[in-house]
Amino acid sequence: MKTIKTLAATLLLVGLAIPAQAKLRVVTSLQDLASIAEAVGGDRVEAFALARGYQDPHFVDAKPSFILKLSRADLLVVAGLELEIGYLPPLIDQSRNERIHPGSAGYLDASTGCDILQKPTQVVTRAMGDVHPYGNPHYWTDPENGRVIARAIAARLTELDPAGKAAFDSGLAAFEARLTAEEREWDAKMAPFAGARIVTFHESWPNFAKRFKLEIVGTVEPKPGIPPSPTHTLEIINLIAKEKVGVILVEPYFDRKTPDFIAEKTGCKVVTFYPSVGGIPELKDYFGVFGHNVEAFVKAMSGKGSQ
Amino acid sequence: MNTLRSMVFVTAIATLVAGIAAGQESPPPQPTPAATPTPTPAPPVNAGSAGGASQTSNYFNPSVSVIGNFLAVGGQNTLESLPSASLRESELGLQAVVDPYARADFFISFGEHDVSVEEGYLTFTSLPAGLLVRVGRMRIAFGKVNTMHLHLLPWPDEPLTVVNLLGGEEGWVGTGISAAKLLPLPGDVFSELTLQVLRGDAEGLFVAGKRSDLALNAHYRVFADLSDSTNLDLGLSYGLGPNGASPDAKTALGAVDATLRWKPLVRGNYRSAILRGEFFRSRRDQSDGTVSADGWFLSGEYQLAKRWWVGVRGEAAQHADDAAVKDTGEAATLTFWPSEFSQLRAELRQRRYGGPNSASASEYTANEVLLQLQFAIGAHGAHPF
Repeated sequence: MKTIKTLAATLLLVGLAIPAQAKLRVVTSLQDLASIAEAVGGDRVEAFALARGYQDPHFVDAKPSFILKLSRADLLVVAGLELEIGYLPPLIDQSRNERIHPGSAGYLDASTGCDILQKPTQVVTRAMGDVHPYGNPHYWTDPENGRVIARAIAARLTELDPAGKAAFDSGLAAFEARLTAEEREWDAKMAPFAGARIVTFHESWPNFAKRFKLEIVGTVEPKPGIPPSPTHTLEIINLIAKEKVGVILVEPYFDRKTPDFIAEKTGCKVVTFYPSVGGIPELKDYFGVFGHNVEAFVKAMSGKGSQ
Repeated sequence: MNTLRSMVFVTAIATLVAGIAAGQESPPPQPTPAATPTPTPAPPVNAGSAGGASQTSNYFNPSVSVIGNFLAVGGQNTLESLPSASLRESELGLQAVVDPYARADFFISFGEHDVSVEEGYLTFTSLPAGLLVRVGRMRIAFGKVNTMHLHLLPWPDEPLTVVNLLGGEEGWVGTGISAAKLLPLPGDVFSELTLQVLRGDAEGLFVAGKRSDLALNAHYRVFADLSDSTNLDLGLSYGLGPNGASPDAKTALGAVDATLRWKPLVRGNYRSAILRGEFFRSRRDQSDGTVSADGWFLSGEYQLAKRWWVGVRGEAAQHADDAAVKDTGEAATLTFWPSEFSQLRAELRQRRYGGPNSASASEYTANEVLLQLQFAIGAHGAHPF
């Protein structure tokens, strides 16, 4: 009898203790958003990203195991701009969790307030390839957009967990301070290459290019989502020679065959550029991605010497 | 008994309505203390600049999509006489959120001369107790292939399991109510139980003599990630309905389905594979006793390159009303996707149709080639999974 009482008391205590210590469960579509949420939320949040950093964020499978994650989430952070349209809407519908439905406090579209490029100014059709009618969804490749995202996440975490306000404020302040310091360093390293012309595989890098004053003159894909064609590849080879392009940036999840072929014909370099945290195990947080990419870019461009 | 069944149906609907009411009045408790009472919803993302002012009057219109399915067939088959060329199906999809509690999905299927509502249902997405409830007409969660629309199948045709044991090519489509609940399992294993109570007739499968004759289906699904790149999807189904052979005659159906997917995440755009199979059993009460018929298919699909897939399928199924008649077949497919929105597929198929008495005497073999062109316009739907 005494044992039962003790047991009951323990269970009660545990039961009371759990809600007090429970972390906010944040689910994000991208690992970058999870990294920012962790930086801001510290140990008051627990973040899980649906897409791995090394996979194409356009083509994520709507796995039922994600329904489980979403059913328990307090906050869902998405990149928006229809990046997740191929998998997320049915998962949200099946999550049985109205707190993360669009329009609820637990749904945050991280693109709000960010500098979004390539918003179509004319009617878009699929003759243009897999275009995103709300603008280019790869906007987190500009660290200043990362700052906007961090502020939005901090504000939303505070709304969901007012008791954590001080923690979120200081988490955000630390994130921003580090970002400012790192940006200074990245800017200094990239400064010598201002105005450099580059080619990218997919239209993933306009925000990065704008931030670091690079000029994207072409893409290996003839149109977004359409694989390289021989004619277009030839055009790109001519373009690279004409525009004195030094590097082709390719995400880890694209086939390097065509970029390598172009490089062989033109002498320019192919650089694997990581769009997200977790692209390789070394890329542990949002800062790490920029650090790595900037380093790789500088190395490839410096190797070019006179060009 | 019949009254009891009607009552069960009515009670189910009443419970549902009560559930919605409860959902409206008292939202599930927030885990965090003192959530702000009226959170300001985020403004629609960059809506104005992209859509343009002319779009605002259409703002709440459902997303519209049309999927065309053209099929050309060569070879000889006197038993399943598909036309040489046909616009086999034009599927119109109309989908939108109804209100904060529900969404609606309509899939209208146009043949060349006729039209039918393939699916049209309301899904309550904000119910208490982790329930997901659908009301309307829907493809029934019996096995996996039966839940898939024609354009999502990895072949241009339905396997013999569906044709012989689920009432024909259309499969089992029913009208009624469906409730699904997540049943937590340890780890990140997804487990879901779906119960469906339906009107008692379904084309080619069930015949209801009276209003109180209902059809039922139960489906249990388990999904587990074996690794980042591999996952396994298993399902068990049980269906029951009146078959009209005599006033109390029933058909009971059982199914096991399994899908093993492999997609290395880094190279996932270029390489992946799916292995799937289903086993069906039908027990049909008839005047000459209960007919027990089985069927199965096994199919593998392999992605060779970003836009190319190959596949093979083996299949066999007895006839639901005469187990002595057994059809078997093999098929090989080659699929090319010019883009995410169009698809060209060729299938070489051999089907051997059994005769009523002895397998050898009246067996008929058909060798055919099926060429399918599918294309989608309109709203970007979710990718099939």
